[in-house]
Amino acid sequence: MGQNISITKPLINSIDELFGFIDMNENKNLSFHHHLRNGDGVINYVLQHYITKGITGLNLYPSSIFPAYTSILTLLKNQQINNITTNYCNGSVATYISENGLPGTFTMQTHGGRARSIQEGLSKIDIAFIAAPYVNIYGDAIGYDGKNCFGSMGYAVVDSEYAKITVLVTDTIVDEPISNPEILGKNVDYILKVDSIGDNSGIVSGTTEITKNPIGVKIAKNTSRLLHELGLIKNGFSFQSGAGGVSLRVTKDVKEIMKEQHIKASFFSGGITKYHVDMLEEGLVDELFDVQCFDLEAAHSLKRNKNHHAISASTYANPTNPAQVIKDLDVVILGATEIDLNFNVNVTTDSHQTIIGGSGGHSDTASEAKVSVIVSPLIKGRLCVIKERVTTITTLGKNVDCLVTERGIAINPLRQDLIEKLKDSKLKICTIEELLEKAYHYTNKPKNMIKREQIIGEIEDRTHDIIDYLYQK
Amino acid sequence: MKVTAGSLESSDCFITISKSDTLVIDIESVVFEQFGDDILKVISDTLNSHKITKLHVLCQDKGALDYTVKSRLETAIKRMGENHE
Repeated sequence: MGQNISITKPLINSIDELFGFIDMNENKNLSFHHHLRNGDGVINYVLQHYITKGITGLNLYPSSIFPAYTSILTLLKNQQINNITTNYCNGSVATYISENGLPGTFTMQTHGGRARSIQEGLSKIDIAFIAAPYVNIYGDAIGYDGKNCFGSMGYAVVDSEYAKITVLVTDTIVDEPISNPEILGKNVDYILKVDSIGDNSGIVSGTTEITKNPIGVKIAKNTSRLLHELGLIKNGFSFQSGAGGVSLRVTKDVKEIMKEQHIKASFFSGGITKYHVDMLEEGLVDELFDVQCFDLEAAHSLKRNKNHHAISASTYANPTNPAQVIKDLDVVILGATEIDLNFNVNVTTDSHQTIIGGSGGHSDTASEAKVSVIVSPLIKGRLCVIKERVTTITTLGKNVDCLVTERGIAINPLRQDLIEKLKDSKLKICTIEELLEKAYHYTNKPKNMIKREQIIGEIEDRTHDIIDYLYQK
Repeated sequence: MKVTAGSLESSDCFITISKSDTLVIDIESVVFEQFGDDILKVISDTLNSHKITKLHVLCQDKGALDYTVKSRLETAIKRMGENHE
């Protein structure tokens, strides 16, 4: 072999066989990544074994929890889990925790904060189970090849580097070397071969389409005009928009402005979609820094476009990493379930205190980007997005700069520089209090039913500060 | 006989009315905690303005504004031919 430093890794053919090598009772801190999102088959496959064996006192560190991860619900009901640390939680597990809490602590982190905690040894992972679509016998892995390719493996990289034991779980093993692997064989202890790691069509969520809803279209138009008036759409600018329908519509409107005025961006970061790939291939942006693919077109692009880079969560958003990509970010477009008069944003719980999501990279990018813009309808199903106080703080108001709705735009008073730039604007700029009053004119003032008695979890910012608590509903 | 108006789309409500010996108002709402009293008031006021004192009203609400609830209810009443104005 040319690469004589590579050594082949133990190839394991069943989970039973794996636990012949690993003591289940000595290694109870387990991590998983969520790149396969709702199509993941690995987490349930592995945890089913813990259900069968009745192992208790488990501590889970999945980067996110999706509705398909039902094995976690079973473990919770069996009282086998002590603590869970994650960045996003949705579905039956989220509902269960909202109502019951955990025996230990439920900690919600950010994508950058999770990477930082693992690197600093605050999150001690015993076994990282890493769903890997394309693996060679030396334990190198990439996410953008193989029958279940899902794109970037960004969230799993730090797990592979710092876990006591790293297990790649794969359905595709090759003999050839892999150039620029995302997971390095030197960090891998075992390769577990399974029939299928899941269904990669499950990485697409229902919202990854450009909205046609007239309210969404209006919000996007207001946003692209705002960015334009602030002088942010200029040669070499950088931009992140995620995969929400309104955010993607903003991307489309920004694209039109760029084409009209012959502007080229330097990079787009974050979750990447086919719309971002199109702009790369049309030469409208130099590079894509991709921590997670939101559709298969993005996953396939990683293979063919050399300027589409898969990056780790630490390179993406770890505040202690000097190479952190988002510190150079000019503009981020983000959503909100709620925003309050201090510009604190909630994307963690709904207004009935049920956990429905979490930060992901929300707080990371809002903290680092030069301008952070929240896009949301002012009124959603009779509830105004603006509250006097959000149900749960996901992102601190000091890091949130603009709120764009269909009925007006509010700028955080901390950003007098932006307010000054907009003083002659024809856009409907108002205070957030004025927007709230406008909404109450239509909806009436809601009764506040939030219960803050029993703490069931904590919101840990990327700084490690606990910025809010979750309460039993 | 049951008569309906509206839909179960977000920000709309689905009103079902049927004949009854008494006045019964049932409300199922995604924002009941926040706006249950407001919804009851707009239904009661609308029935009063049509001088209706005996009816079963079921309002399945997905976050409709007051004027939506009012117009859905009035449509149902007119469809039933119970307009006593």
